[in-house]
Amino acid sequence: MADIAFLLLIFFLAATTMDSDTGLMRQLPAIPDPNVPQDINKINDRNILEVKVNKDNLLLVEGQLTEFSQLREIAHDFILNANDEPNMPEKEIINIAYFGDVPVTKAVISLQNDIGTKYGVYIAVQNELIAARTELRDELSRREFGVPYERLDEDRKGAVDDYIKVPISEAEPKRIGE
Amino acid sequence: MAKFIKTRGKSVKALNTSSLPDIVFMILFFFMAVTTMRETDVMVTVRIPDATEGKVLEKKSLASFIYIGEPLEAFQALYGTEPKIQMNDTFKEIADIQDFIAQEREQLNEADKTKMLVVLKIDRDTKMGVVTEVKQALRRASALKIMYANTNVDRIVLP
Repeated sequence: MADIAFLLLIFFLAATTMDSDTGLMRQLPAIPDPNVPQDINKINDRNILEVKVNKDNLLLVEGQLTEFSQLREIAHDFILNANDEPNMPEKEIINIAYFGDVPVTKAVISLQNDIGTKYGVYIAVQNELIAARTELRDELSRREFGVPYERLDEDRKGAVDDYIKVPISEAEPKRIGE
Repeated sequence: MAKFIKTRGKSVKALNTSSLPDIVFMILFFFMAVTTMRETDVMVTVRIPDATEGKVLEKKSLASFIYIGEPLEAFQALYGTEPKIQMNDTFKEIADIQDFIAQEREQLNEADKTKMLVVLKIDRDTKMGVVTEVKQALRRASALKIMYANTNVDRIVLP
């Protein structure tokens, strides 16, 4: 009996894996339809945080060479725009369930990379940007509902997501010098 | 004291193993419950990057996997050391992605087709050039939901 059970046990040990997959969920933009005229709704420059990782794996935020450790804070402050500065993202009053009429930021983060950028660095940057957004959602959730964002129910989570949307867009790849 | 000396000479009684199958079955059921079947043999070296914000993949049945990395040493004689794309059990080219996605989508229920997710398991040292090309191919195949696989850690080492 025990022998058979051991045999099965060893089979399952060899044939299965335990690791559950984790990862950063992203939504790719659809390919624009060439037949449909694109209304180029240009996003106001002040609403875009331009993040770029070049081929030497150096980080540029709005064209300025920046340390990776500062990125989270920069993104955080950019989205929040606490003092309503004119060169930081605009806010629009939108009605959101649970919150009422609230100023919602129009901030967009644009992430660009070079062909030579290392994937690991790219993911680190993605991670920092998502972390900055999650931090803000968490702050909001704690302030409004008194619980961390992770413990909210789906409806409230959705409301918080609507309040701090901040899409992280992956720019159309550019091929320079080919 | 006399009692103590008396027992010393005797052989040790055999261990009662009648509960051993129960224990082993218990371990067996534990492993059957918490593990999943290995589906593909990965033929490339993939050291997925670390991140703190990763979400757990909940429905594995909706996911298709694409691996990108340097071929394992056993395959290097044939395929070289440049990063290769692996889907299912074979090395593929960018041009094959569209077919692969169509084929994977075919296997899903009608209701699940829109929920299809592509999990990208990419080595951390891969250059973004190939990753971007794969992403563009996925867009053309309208597989827009993707997941960059990573290992969840508490703190990441920033470059």
